[in-house]
Amino acid sequence: MKNPSVDTHLLPADNLGTAPLLAVDNLHVEFKTRQGLVRAVNGVSYALHAGETLAVLGESGSGKSVTAQAIMGILDMPPANIPKGEIRFRGTDLLKLSDNARSQIRGQQIAMVFQDALSALNPVFTVGWQIAEMFRVHRGMSKKAAYAKAIELMDRVRIPAARQRVNDYPHQFSGGMRQRIMIAMSIALDPEVLIADEPTTALDVTVQAQIMELLAELQRDSNMAMILITHDLGVVADVADKIAVMYGGRIVENAPVHDVYKNPAHPYTKGLLESIPRVDLKGQELYAIKGLPPNLLDMPTGCAFHPRCPYRQDDCVTDVPPLHEISGTRSSACHYWREVLDGVQG
Amino acid sequence: MASKGELILEVRDLVKHFPLTQGIVVKRQIGSIKAVDGVSFDLHRGETLGIVGESGCGKSTLAKLLMALETPTSGSVRVAGKDLATAKGADLKRIRRNIQMVMQDPYTSLNPRMTVGDIVGEPFEIHAEVAPKGDRRKKVQDLLEVVGLNPDHINRYPHQFSGGQRQRIGIARGLALQPEIIVCDEPVSALDVSIQAQVINLLERLQDEFGLAYIFIAHDLSVVRHISDRVAVMYLGKVVEIGKDTEIYDRPSHPYTQALLSAVPVPDPEGRESRERIILQGDPPSPANPPSGCRFRTRCWKAQEICAQEEPLLQIRPGVGHPSACHFAEAHDVVHATG
Repeated sequence: MKNPSVDTHLLPADNLGTAPLLAVDNLHVEFKTRQGLVRAVNGVSYALHAGETLAVLGESGSGKSVTAQAIMGILDMPPANIPKGEIRFRGTDLLKLSDNARSQIRGQQIAMVFQDALSALNPVFTVGWQIAEMFRVHRGMSKKAAYAKAIELMDRVRIPAARQRVNDYPHQFSGGMRQRIMIAMSIALDPEVLIADEPTTALDVTVQAQIMELLAELQRDSNMAMILITHDLGVVADVADKIAVMYGGRIVENAPVHDVYKNPAHPYTKGLLESIPRVDLKGQELYAIKGLPPNLLDMPTGCAFHPRCPYRQDDCVTDVPPLHEISGTRSSACHYWREVLDGVQG
Repeated sequence: MASKGELILEVRDLVKHFPLTQGIVVKRQIGSIKAVDGVSFDLHRGETLGIVGESGCGKSTLAKLLMALETPTSGSVRVAGKDLATAKGADLKRIRRNIQMVMQDPYTSLNPRMTVGDIVGEPFEIHAEVAPKGDRRKKVQDLLEVVGLNPDHINRYPHQFSGGQRQRIGIARGLALQPEIIVCDEPVSALDVSIQAQVINLLERLQDEFGLAYIFIAHDLSVVRHISDRVAVMYLGKVVEIGKDTEIYDRPSHPYTQALLSAVPVPDPEGRESRERIILQGDPPSPANPPSGCRFRTRCWKAQEICAQEEPLLQIRPGVGHPSACHFAEAHDVVHATG
């Protein structure tokens, strides 16, 4: 059944040379709705190497999750449609593969952790059964061996008394423990890329710290590449190597993490960073990006951010800014990125 | 009317236990959820008290008790000198007018079948003395303008507004009766990041304009710090530490506060490898069966025998300067410390 060109998980990662492990290239995703065509993703490109953590930052409706779902191949098509673009994993375009070949990759080589573990886990099966299913379906293990593996994994994600809890149902676990089970399922088959879609948004801060530490440790152990989708600027600063900031279905800034926090090159990123409450500015008004995020059914002309942008000039209303390269590793989709970097408002 | 700085809300030993029952026909009480278990604090006019804590620590139950939406098991809430628990009829109505609430989720806390005008004007139906009938529409439009909405949108429905605008509608409703205290239960957590700052600025502006006192319940510690004059940290139904914002954030003395502060990701990648991080083990215990003595001892790295036997009281401890409920309280700056 397996397409030989896809069966690549035997290749060691270093065979790639400098080529990225996963590359999204000019991806477009649209949804047919009763109100019209929604262009959720409009030409998104990013690349990921083994062991790297890419944070995709954006608000609701920015297209960050849809991009991830397209990579995983879990978009419902229709209503979704991918008119353009490539998703290359180890050089192979996933979008050109058969459904069968893709389901081989899904879970084995690219896995995903969802935001809401309670609705992502099946309530009528025990967690042990759900983790063991990965081994039975993908590895053809016996029921007994798969259960043993499940317990081993539950230990690895540090669920206390794994052996006793393997036959418990999802509702018997706390939120943090459920997220650990989700993580156990996603790393079961040693994927090379892990997509974590807001993995800690539903959790308390002390539990969030536990989960982020666990993910970082698993990543170190296996040199896994990770795409972390989030809207939390704090989490990004803690773990990311590089950042892709999304707005209105496009990437507006792409850069190593230190550069972005030190000196953002897009007005939207700059606005987000400035609106974080800071100790030394207590008592003063917070900087607020004015206006509202764009409506995907009625996108502004030109740059999607122009109605809210303090750097706006006439051409922002008419011309869509391309992703300007600033240096080898940085780019910004703003006509006036130089002014933004220098902090001079036009 | 109270003058600025005057005591306006006094909470003393507030307790709320929810009974746990077993049996369908004959219900027996088999225990209780100790959601709020002995909470005391004061709030002054024009002041903001931030309340932080994780889910299940009782902060939302506390909000309901303050609003007289739940009856306390014991303890008292005094609003401008009047006890909420013993007040009845017209008296209770007057007190309730004075303390209003802004809810967390602007998507579910506004009735989708009512227009904005009806939603914001509904409090006037109950408290007709605030706005005579003929005057209401004008009043509602004024309120909409105060919170930064277009007064001409009075006949629109909630679904025609974005999340941030809906939260403004909720705030306008909270302001309608000219209260002195507003309880904000996670007012920005459901909003997009770029919208949160707008709503926080609005709340601060309204506070200055109307001299409001806020109880600001949130889990986002940086937001709480920005808006609060004083902060109370809750764990399993109890306040474990309370003090001025600088005392709590720069010199936290309770291990839980320290862990909470160190767990908050700092939005700056500089020096992230060397930042001090206290990672707590496990989850908070169930409030139905809290640990003996100090409730935090099961997750605490400082726990000793005395912690299991004797409950630490919330009091000023040597070398700390603000009340802390830990036998081994010790001020320690975790946010700026590296190492």
